[in-house]
Amino acid sequence: MADHYYNAEDLGKFGNIGEYQKDMADKFFSYYGEVFKDGALTAKEKSLIALAVAHAVQCPYCIDAYSSDAYEKGFSEAQMMEAVHVASAIKGGAVLVHGVQMMNKVKKISM
Amino acid sequence: MIKSLKVLQNPLANSSYQLDILEHNSTQKHTSFKEKVADIGMFPLLASGVDIFQVNMGKMCNQVCKHCHVDAGPDRKEIMTQDTMQLCLNVLAKSPIKIVDLTGGAPELNPDFRWFVEQIKALGKHIIVRCNLTIILANKRFHDLPEFFKRHQIEVVSSLPSFTQDRTDKQRGDGVFDDSIKALQMLNAVGYGMADTGLTLNLVYNPAGAFLPPSQDALEKEYKFELMKNYNISFNNLFAITNMPISRYLDYLLTTGNYDNYLEKLIGAFNPAAVKNVMCRNTISVGWDGYLYDCDFNQMLDLKVIPNTSQHIADFDLSLLQNREIILKQHCYGCTAGAGSSCGGAVAE
Repeated sequence: MADHYYNAEDLGKFGNIGEYQKDMADKFFSYYGEVFKDGALTAKEKSLIALAVAHAVQCPYCIDAYSSDAYEKGFSEAQMMEAVHVASAIKGGAVLVHGVQMMNKVKKISM
Repeated sequence: MIKSLKVLQNPLANSSYQLDILEHNSTQKHTSFKEKVADIGMFPLLASGVDIFQVNMGKMCNQVCKHCHVDAGPDRKEIMTQDTMQLCLNVLAKSPIKIVDLTGGAPELNPDFRWFVEQIKALGKHIIVRCNLTIILANKRFHDLPEFFKRHQIEVVSSLPSFTQDRTDKQRGDGVFDDSIKALQMLNAVGYGMADTGLTLNLVYNPAGAFLPPSQDALEKEYKFELMKNYNISFNNLFAITNMPISRYLDYLLTTGNYDNYLEKLIGAFNPAAVKNVMCRNTISVGWDGYLYDCDFNQMLDLKVIPNTSQHIADFDLSLLQNREIILKQHCYGCTAGAGSSCGGAVAE
């Protein structure tokens, strides 16, 4: 057991989760593979969405994987950073929009 | 201008040193390529024939690309003589080989390039020229190359690692993208890459960094769309080629700390289906000095073909070469990763 929570090498061991629950892991990876195939969206477009979501959920493994994948698929540095800004704007907006809830509460209890 | 590893006296200019790194210099123990091939029952890997006669006409080039497996550049003086070309012609005249693939360096920089092309055509062979595009604009004497290629119905294969300037120039040097676009427009103007002309213009993508190529089909669609939209350029096919961890690309991997990860990527992406169609199985590679190799990569690592009575073009023996055992080393993972890689792009579905 490492003395820290995240280890870059663990990304390569993702498939090992099947050791404890094979059926669910097989279903997940099969679904995962299907999701990222060319469909109504291209595999390339999906890679950029994944990059943005990876930042929003702040998953270091996903950021590692999709920074490589999006760059490999041909997105420029500027495009990738704009995708991160989209994630940031949504997360920031999600915080700020709750300010309305705060305002509602304050208005209700104040004179 | 960046200098070649050889002129810089970098130890990686030595092929034995490169092979030693590939076999031993890793933080992890990697399965040998030979073992991988044995695991799928294909060792020893044998040639299936000699369909393509690839000639490296010299290491001189007007570009100094960061990934070049030849370590080519303006400072390289190794160049094929007309005597060696004549030995090639003697072999071609007597053999059923139909395709001659001319590479370098920039093959057009060889002073006997045009003579050689004309002699090969007189033998009725199909010629592929691996043209780096910028050579067409490098000097007035090369401006007529598109017409020359057309006159001899040559198939042109040209590197363009991206349809954007930044990635192309990062890999191939400042200004290469703009000149490449102009050269492609000149090739289109004489009919190359255009419908119903029979003049084939294929482009080559290779990654500008420490990663593997994406899907060749998806990339081809994107290249066609972007090059047409932005520059009104047409071409026939896009070949996605994996960078081989040798020479200047090996230097890049080592100096940027990407070597282990890249090798792991190549090994992790080993595709048994690609082994059957690797280009060494139907190609013979001729060096600038006439020595024979399984492929251009083995040539740069100085790994001459196994049949020791047929290691030079003067001793070319098709009966020995057409089913020879191929020399396999760790760099061969580069041709079997993912969809596979060859001078003609992906080799597996």
